[in-house]
Amino acid sequence: MLMFILRRIGTMLLTMLALTFIVFYLVTLPGNLEKLAKTEGEMRMTDAEVQAWLDKEGFNRPFLVQYGEWIGNTVRGDMGWSRVFRKPVSEVIGERLGYTGILMFWVMAVMVPGALIIGVLAGMKEGSTLDRTLTVGSVASTSAPEYVTGIVFTVIFASALGWFKGIASTRSITFENFTLPVMTMAIYGMGYIARMTRASMAEVMTSQYIRTARLKGLSFRSVVLKHALRNALIAPFTVIMLQFPWLLTGVVVVETMFNYKGFGFALVEAAGNNDINLLLAISWVAVIVVLLTQLISDIGYAYLNPRIRVS
Amino acid sequence: MVETIGTGEIIIQSIARFWPTWIAMAVTMIGGYFIREQLGIFGRLYGSRIGMVGLGLVLFWIFTAVFANQIAPLGPLDQSFTFGMKKALPGTIDSESGIVFLWGGDNLARDIFSRVVYGSAIVLVIAPAATLIAYMVGSTLGLPAGYYTGTIDMVMSFLANLVLAFPVILLFYLLVTPEVNQPVPLNLGIVTLPWSIPIGMAAFFFIFPILFLSLMWFTKYEKNTTKLTLYLAVTLVVGLWLYSGLVFNADPFGMVGMAPNELNIFAAVILGSSPGVFRIVRGLTMDIKTRDYVAAAQTRGERPWYIMLWEILPNARGPLIVDFCLRIGYTTILLGTLGFFGLGLQPESPDWGSMINHGRAFVRLADTAHIALFPAVALMSLVLGLNLLADGLREEALKD
Repeated sequence: MLMFILRRIGTMLLTMLALTFIVFYLVTLPGNLEKLAKTEGEMRMTDAEVQAWLDKEGFNRPFLVQYGEWIGNTVRGDMGWSRVFRKPVSEVIGERLGYTGILMFWVMAVMVPGALIIGVLAGMKEGSTLDRTLTVGSVASTSAPEYVTGIVFTVIFASALGWFKGIASTRSITFENFTLPVMTMAIYGMGYIARMTRASMAEVMTSQYIRTARLKGLSFRSVVLKHALRNALIAPFTVIMLQFPWLLTGVVVVETMFNYKGFGFALVEAAGNNDINLLLAISWVAVIVVLLTQLISDIGYAYLNPRIRVS
Repeated sequence: MVETIGTGEIIIQSIARFWPTWIAMAVTMIGGYFIREQLGIFGRLYGSRIGMVGLGLVLFWIFTAVFANQIAPLGPLDQSFTFGMKKALPGTIDSESGIVFLWGGDNLARDIFSRVVYGSAIVLVIAPAATLIAYMVGSTLGLPAGYYTGTIDMVMSFLANLVLAFPVILLFYLLVTPEVNQPVPLNLGIVTLPWSIPIGMAAFFFIFPILFLSLMWFTKYEKNTTKLTLYLAVTLVVGLWLYSGLVFNADPFGMVGMAPNELNIFAAVILGSSPGVFRIVRGLTMDIKTRDYVAAAQTRGERPWYIMLWEILPNARGPLIVDFCLRIGYTTILLGTLGFFGLGLQPESPDWGSMINHGRAFVRLADTAHIALFPAVALMSLVLGLNLLADGLREEALKD
């Protein structure tokens, strides 16, 4: 087990290194640097002035030197200065991650129980009307990406009915503000988790020990609650963990749509304004989140299911 | 005074405008019913209600894309200069031309109905084509990874996971910004080719269909020289002709070409979805490789690539067809995401993502909400159709 974790962490570090290398390469392409120089300096800079500015800022040094310097600083916790926010990057990231964390917490709090309940209800009796209805519902929810549900919800609940607000502010987290973004994000992921839960539940319900439990006279209710549920929830656990990278795209869409100034919004601003340091830090954090959740899901799966032992 | 028509009439007229689609759908569905025995898994869809609904939705958009010129009353970029047509409500009549803007007008007074119809043509070309190429890339790499395993598998899986670990949205932002994909002339001595990172990626990805087909012919007709030469020649000539036109915009006849914007999106979408294909093909190959017929082929002394392409791949077609449908839907969503962030095609392009992006500024007022609503619903219905179709196919495939 320890070897397994160590090896996974090794791969993780290698992946991180490779990805930041690619990002670093892409953001420091000549075109991007020229744009950066012009926005920082003056729009009508001559080519020579641009070069002088790049020399001064150290962008004309060999690529590997710059990259090595960035890695060294990042590992020590100094991620540089954000040119857009005029603040240290680590401060921006910390603040924004906090806001997104609040949003994610509510999304998870709505999505996970909802999806598990739908999945268990559907998988309980395979082929029943309830199962069919819930399955079609789950398919429909996975077909509607955030930018579609977000718009449909805003039109119905904010513009037409006026129940909720179409804008979510980071300063006031109220039911009125948060319902639409949370619903938008939760619904897209919910269908997928529900379908996984359903498949897993349906499989468990056909197994021998469930039949035995039924034959010894237990009620359907207690068979489902006591015998089936625990085994059926192993597979969805992995799926839920693997949802995080997916939610990341969702966060960017939802935060842009509802003007919620979190991590995703920072990404859009950083990319739009070519804020190199911030962009690098964001990709660094995003990659860590993705890889960590993968690691947790692998370890958790092995831990929850004793039949699967990592080799 | 701006004249409008009622909701009931909007619905009736909308249905009526799609008449070529309805006729084509009826012909296809009824015709398909009579030859359903020959259609394999698609024929068995007639037994599944969910699958039929999905098929219906998908066919609807396919035929709408095909007959876009007949259905749309106006061009996708035609603006009306009549007073009051900007952000016009659904059902407003353009008093000058007499055309009803069934789904309203956008902020530049263009007919949303026509734009959605023309948008379907863009979405239904890019999404399936990109998925198809992603499939060829994923299969060509996934088959050997699953068949040989070992070091090849390790390296390729690492690369696939690398791309998968990358937040899609960040990848798009980095690849599709104008600064990154400005083509620079690259002098190769004989010819000068435009070069940029997306073009390089496209050059890499677009070689796979040619490679894939050539490998197929080569392994199948190794002993039949005439057939092999013929097939290979056709593949290479047509393939390289399309390749030069699509990737480098250097078609010697000037017939095939792609705008740089489209190429960037193509490359980005293929990069985003081929690792997923790689993973599923690799997994299926590892599973199927243990079957008896593969062992039989190995004993016959067949080459590994023959076994992969002609023994393993055809037997993996069930799950792959299902995944293909799902993946077209996913690609459509990706395209929409690109459009949503304004990274997609030209801003005036009528693809659904870009339309949603333009309309979302107006979504908070009930009077202008329709600008984003109609393309959003269109996109959702297409993806829903594809997902339901995949579900129906999966159900029918499991019945064996």
